[in-house]
Amino acid sequence: MSQSPSRPLLQIEELSKIFHIRQGFSSQEFHAVDHASIVIESDKPEIFAIVGESGSGKTTLAKMVLGMEVASQGILRYRDRVINDLSNKEMKTWFYNEVQPVFQDPFAAFSPLKRIDRYLYETVYNYKMVEDKKEAPRYINEVLSEVGLTLAEIAGRYPNELSGGQAQRVAIARALITKPSLIVADEPVSMLDASLRMSIVNMFRKLKEDNEVSVIYITHDLATAYYAGDRIAVMLRGWIVELGPTEQVLGNPLHPYTQNLKTSIPSINVGETWKDKIDLAVIEADEYTRTGCKFAGRCPAVMDICQDNIPPNVVHGGRTVKCFLYDENVDPAKKTYLTPAAT
Amino acid sequence: MGAIIETKNLRAYYITKAYGVERTVKAVDDISLEIQEGEVYGIAGESGCGKSTLLRILLGAYQPPLTVVGGDVAYHLQGETIHTADMTEEQKHDLRWRTISYIPQGSMHVLNPVRRIRDSFHDFISAHRDVTKSESFRLTADYLRDLGLPEKVMASYPHQLSGGMRQRVTIALATILWPKLIFADEPTTALDVVVQRGVIQMLKDVQQKEGSTLVLITHDIGVHANLAHRIAILYAGKLVEEADTRTILTNPRHPYTKYLIESLPNLDSREERMSIPGRPPALDRPPSGCRFHERCPLVRDICKTIDPQMIQVEPGHRTACHVVEEELSHEPVA
Repeated sequence: MSQSPSRPLLQIEELSKIFHIRQGFSSQEFHAVDHASIVIESDKPEIFAIVGESGSGKTTLAKMVLGMEVASQGILRYRDRVINDLSNKEMKTWFYNEVQPVFQDPFAAFSPLKRIDRYLYETVYNYKMVEDKKEAPRYINEVLSEVGLTLAEIAGRYPNELSGGQAQRVAIARALITKPSLIVADEPVSMLDASLRMSIVNMFRKLKEDNEVSVIYITHDLATAYYAGDRIAVMLRGWIVELGPTEQVLGNPLHPYTQNLKTSIPSINVGETWKDKIDLAVIEADEYTRTGCKFAGRCPAVMDICQDNIPPNVVHGGRTVKCFLYDENVDPAKKTYLTPAAT
Repeated sequence: MGAIIETKNLRAYYITKAYGVERTVKAVDDISLEIQEGEVYGIAGESGCGKSTLLRILLGAYQPPLTVVGGDVAYHLQGETIHTADMTEEQKHDLRWRTISYIPQGSMHVLNPVRRIRDSFHDFISAHRDVTKSESFRLTADYLRDLGLPEKVMASYPHQLSGGMRQRVTIALATILWPKLIFADEPTTALDVVVQRGVIQMLKDVQQKEGSTLVLITHDIGVHANLAHRIAILYAGKLVEEADTRTILTNPRHPYTKYLIESLPNLDSREERMSIPGRPPALDRPPSGCRFHERCPLVRDICKTIDPQMIQVEPGHRTACHVVEEELSHEPVA
């Protein structure tokens, strides 16, 4: 993990979420997030991208950060306060003032029967962002201008009257009303067209620069993650397998899974099309229940040791990699593991 | 090798009448194209630009409110020319699956949840061929093995398979009778990159093995770059540019295509990229003249009133733009 000065904005350490799946009388544990660690500093805003395939635990992690799921194990602190211990009142008056979500589908986030500007007014009133109610329209207009809209454009309109890009902008404006320090955006662009995608991602970059908002940007689209993210975490079946500065992780991926992801992005450069073939996971559930490395089943560089041992988090080349390949304690000739994982 | 499908000045509108208010959505407007036998023809564009509607018309699978107002779709199969407008339901049924197959959008949800995969395969095969259950099982097993799918999926129910696996099973299902013509509507949307790559790989295999024609619809230019031979760009119900993949990617002429290609982020640089200003027009009240003129950086007066016609930039590269027309003819337009 990187250096940790006095007061990180968000501190996630060895965080796990375990679901229990009951089948008849037997119960099976399912680790949706498994010992994840991320620190976001408070003094320097950043866009932290989390990427991974579907079912890798990205959304569960986001829900825990937002206080919508209770963590099973590990440390989850926001400005030195344990999120799960906050009272309902503190959640409402303090936590959601500081941390705001943006979800995948803007049309699912707003009730179709309610005028969309109501959401903005309600948030302003609930968080007492203005002294006088007459000030509300001016304040809302100010926030909307951050996302490239005006109140006149959306006033009195229902969600179905807006385009997907506009509705998502309103969703982001709503999140900005409380002047948060952290926005958790779960797949904010996956419902949008390529042409609108960039306008949303550009907006996150602008918010980071101008408003000093940190953004946790969750996506399965590596290209926008690379474009927007300062740091990136790659998730696989609940694990964070590689974490570090985006340029390094995606520019020169170390973990075989990240390499696999990178080569799977369809390139638009003519002549860079794929030549070789890849293997896909046959049954996804098998990967969660693996005893060793969860990628061992389709890893091109798999060793004996990977089958039964959980790889350690190795600091290598400016980032953390969860892979035996970079662990110096492993004698490559023996391919057996010598000391217990130092996590 | 000649054209397998041809459309001429095809117009298809959604015409609805509710409480005496008539509303016309011009989803496909004046599209002429030819799809050659044995090629992968990609159709790209934003959502709501008429991609899926065009496909439905090409398939002949439409019903009111979608109406073909003008133009014609013709298939050229085994030396015969068939116009979809003249086909009876029976003929369509006969043609489908065996000659023409369709992989619908969100096709991972089309499998019957209460039947095992092999039974679904049997249902489809037996509708077109006289086969016993064991014959169709053998056919299915052979085909799945050819495509590299594990044999245990045959005995599974759809919910036991992952999204990507279901998608590949559906593609196998749609192609098991080796159709000459395959239509795929957003086959990789909602899949993550690794699975998407597997699905593209499989579509390519299927297409190459039998040399069938594949019409591929997706808004993801990256997928087109890896699969399509030629790409057509649709904007607001109009065909704005058509060329081979390399030309579209390296030398696009229409301003909309240029925007579309330039706005794509990639892993080579993190420089700020411009997004296309404005938003796609509503198709019930399309802008006059060129439908892109409200968002176009090169807009001229003529663009606001006169609809540009398709012109040939070079052999095999067509576009509809007044500005390109001016550059080619060296005559200034108003």
